[in-house]
Amino acid sequence: MSILVTKSTRIICQGITGKSGLFHSQKCREYAEEYQPGTGVFAGGVTPGKGDSEVDGFPVFNSVAEARIKTGANTSMILVPPPFCADAILEAADAGMQLIVAITEGIPVMDMIRVRSAMKNSTARLIGPNCPGVITPGVAKIGIMPGYIHTPGRIGIISKSGTLTYEAAWQLGRVGMGQSTAVGIGGDPIAGTNFIDLLALFQSDPDTDGIMLIGEIGGSAEQEAAEYIQSHVTKPVAGFIAGQTAPPGKRMGHAGAIISGGGGTAAEKIAALRSVGAVIADSPAGMGDAMKQAMQ
Amino acid sequence: MKIHEYQAKALFRQSDIAVPRGIVAKTADEAAAAFGELGSDLAVMKSQIHAGGRGKGRFQEYPDQAGVVLVRSSEEARENAVRMLGSTLVTLQTGKDGKQVNTLFVEQGLKIARELYLGIVVDRAVGGPVVIMSSEGGMEIEKVAEESPEKILSETFDASQGLFPYQARKLAYALDFSSKAVRNAEKLLPQLCRFFVDNDCSMVEINPLVLTEDDQLLALDAKMSFDDNAMFRHKALAELRDLSEEDPAEVEAGEAGLSYVNLDGSIGCLVNGAGLAMSTMDLIKLHGAEPANFLDVGGGANVDQVTEAFRIILRDDAVKAVLVNIFGGIMRCDVVVEALLEAYENVGFSVPLIVRLEGTNVEKARQMLNDSGRDIISAEDLTDAAQKVVASLSV
Repeated sequence: MSILVTKSTRIICQGITGKSGLFHSQKCREYAEEYQPGTGVFAGGVTPGKGDSEVDGFPVFNSVAEARIKTGANTSMILVPPPFCADAILEAADAGMQLIVAITEGIPVMDMIRVRSAMKNSTARLIGPNCPGVITPGVAKIGIMPGYIHTPGRIGIISKSGTLTYEAAWQLGRVGMGQSTAVGIGGDPIAGTNFIDLLALFQSDPDTDGIMLIGEIGGSAEQEAAEYIQSHVTKPVAGFIAGQTAPPGKRMGHAGAIISGGGGTAAEKIAALRSVGAVIADSPAGMGDAMKQAMQ
Repeated sequence: MKIHEYQAKALFRQSDIAVPRGIVAKTADEAAAAFGELGSDLAVMKSQIHAGGRGKGRFQEYPDQAGVVLVRSSEEARENAVRMLGSTLVTLQTGKDGKQVNTLFVEQGLKIARELYLGIVVDRAVGGPVVIMSSEGGMEIEKVAEESPEKILSETFDASQGLFPYQARKLAYALDFSSKAVRNAEKLLPQLCRFFVDNDCSMVEINPLVLTEDDQLLALDAKMSFDDNAMFRHKALAELRDLSEEDPAEVEAGEAGLSYVNLDGSIGCLVNGAGLAMSTMDLIKLHGAEPANFLDVGGGANVDQVTEAFRIILRDDAVKAVLVNIFGGIMRCDVVVEALLEAYENVGFSVPLIVRLEGTNVEKARQMLNDSGRDIISAEDLTDAAQKVVASLSV
């Protein structure tokens, strides 16, 4: 089963005629073709004004609605420049995309506040923005992560960070644990999907046995996740929190990674997660071992 | 992006948000003239730096001189300005090196009845903006939240709808405002919330927001920061940026597309990805040393970027060793090594360089490093990298 990405996933890319849009669409198509040859998992793309054309074999449409009707797509990967991203997300939701994965980094917070408010009654699930995307190893990937570092298996990964997710998947692979699905929720202050949403999905997914949660400084999403784990999650949880040495008041790359007013420190998050039984690695080198320990 | 108090107050004034009358002074003569022009018998002179705690702060050159002073004559204004302008103010928030004061803001004195706190931020849990108020004006809100959380009032509002008048009244009544003050709050609070949304603010803080003896509400202080990601649609705001308030290395890094934060330790780091970069700092600390910086080179890591990153890291004299930690995904490790080797040549290394690579084509990349004949130490994994870089400090 896995979560979010399954064999019925049909993907389009909004922004497919851009440099990175095309590059990552090609990579996602390659990955899907390897595991589901000939099924046309990656169905095409959208760039307003460039409809009725083709780019490297991908049909290009003017709108997401048109792409959905003509290709049967149910999932959109968004790689448009930041000023246009909020609009692209809302177009995808309006056109009936079930899963919207916003890769774009640098969207204004106010835009995401409006998106969240506008999507309140939408059934679409938004992942991101500013995230590596979602992969169900051996099925399909929607995003910019390298496919080969992920192996199929029964651990679900939820992470705020891109390369740290790759590191985690790599370490899990080395201790013989593949992944059911790995989801990057992004490092922005406001995200479409949070830890709790995904903890719920992984908890009820029969193909997931354990959950790896990778957080970082800023906000209190990890503490809220800990509360949720306490009351709703019976599967083993392991994790890591980045930014134990980060100074207060400084933004550490991600817009959301900032310790403000004494809140959002790594120490608080680690303590909260450990108090509900999660195995949290002290070192980023210990993520694989932490998961192994949690599974015993 | 942060701006100065006097700039923030000018923006407030444009948006019809009441502030005391004030004049910017960059010389002692201007400060003296400003006092005369304000025409009140009391004025406040405030150092304009981006850090808070100015009232309690003192100057390095004049240990008795406060960063914010009350003056009662033009002469007094001039004398204080002479000491303040060009001197270095150290406050709890500036760090021990302090900040040079180049601008003063001279404001009329007011007959203050009450000092309150007002802040607007984005509440991540709610996914929208929230206005926070407290009766404890002048105090740090974090301290109030810790010591007497019942004194913190808050109202979340919809970014498109703004704060409704009833919400403003709710806050005002909870703060025991008089009828006249409630009416003023009903006007001011929604205006402030609108200002926050329209200008893509990350934070607006008015501490204190004062209630005068005649029930007027004025922003006695104004602190604000803006969402860097939204500056593309606020060209006029972007021009208010004061580069002299920022770390020059961080500014330079930003221009090169690198995300860099200067820290106090001795191990320079070059990493791809913000999460991995933070983790690398943690790893160094865990092995008994301190990171000299946070540096996320981003997804590209081409020769130019790596060269620039090395230059910025090595300019810090405290750096005694450099750790490169790259997880090559889409970006292949062998391509990274090519860039590393070329940058290594360009920069001219004088401290040990430890490289930990993982990911696509890693075998080939390690071979290239070993064959390069350069004095570069290759690490097997994260722990090995940390041990090697820390060990290199004591050689």
